[in-house]
Amino acid sequence: MILFGLAVVCMRSPVSSAMCLVVSFLGLAALFFTLDAFFIGIIQVLVYAGAVMVLFLFIIMLLDLKTAPPRKLNILAWSGGGLVLIGFVALLMKVVLGDPGLAIPKPALATDNLNDVKLIGLTLFTDFNLPFQIIGVLLLVATVGVVVLSRRELK
Amino acid sequence: MEVTLAHYLAVSGILFAIGLAGVLLRRNIIVIFMCLELMLNAANLSLVAFSRYRLVEGLPNFNAQVLVFFIITVAAAEVAVGLAIIVALFRARQTTHVEDLNQLKF
Repeated sequence: MILFGLAVVCMRSPVSSAMCLVVSFLGLAALFFTLDAFFIGIIQVLVYAGAVMVLFLFIIMLLDLKTAPPRKLNILAWSGGGLVLIGFVALLMKVVLGDPGLAIPKPALATDNLNDVKLIGLTLFTDFNLPFQIIGVLLLVATVGVVVLSRRELK
Repeated sequence: MEVTLAHYLAVSGILFAIGLAGVLLRRNIIVIFMCLELMLNAANLSLVAFSRYRLVEGLPNFNAQVLVFFIITVAAAEVAVGLAIIVALFRARQTTHVEDLNQLKF
């Protein structure tokens, strides 16, 4: 999964980047399944690997992008970016792998067959009812916004 | 070797760093957008890992999974709007290369 994530950044053509991203998302869904988050894993496959990536590929096809020609690299920007990244990864690994409080084994669940769709649904419609409805309005606004944006300019 | 919480967090951090690398180093606006999605997913992975390892009465903490659900929804809406903006931009400028978009540069 990490390998394909790396390939997303390294590939020259946007189409190969998108295909590698699909495989990376599928690997992430598998990790969700190992964490007993079946609902989230299925949503990940349907929404990300399905809908979002099809949208990306569709736009790439629509814009008819070619493989990027090699350009002159901005050395300052590259070295700055690399420095920030190496610092970030080093700090993160030191904190995450060095803290004994995080090195806990996976605790056993209370039940054998976890009914997580039902439980997430219960949480969603009781504790998080208002945010859920706000998300609905947000999706409506996004839909209207996309229609307005993609309409041809009116005179 | 048993898989601990720290391993999941390390994978999530590496994935986030890869996304950050893409945003910082790539110059194609669509690839930058894909790397943003990668970073959002890395955050989701750490949320789900915490929900599984910090049990509430023997069950995963579903508040975190509901939050992940919201993040996925907002990310989908964001992709739709962002790609519409990119298409509009491409129509106006015939390019997806961020260094060619320097109208606002001082």
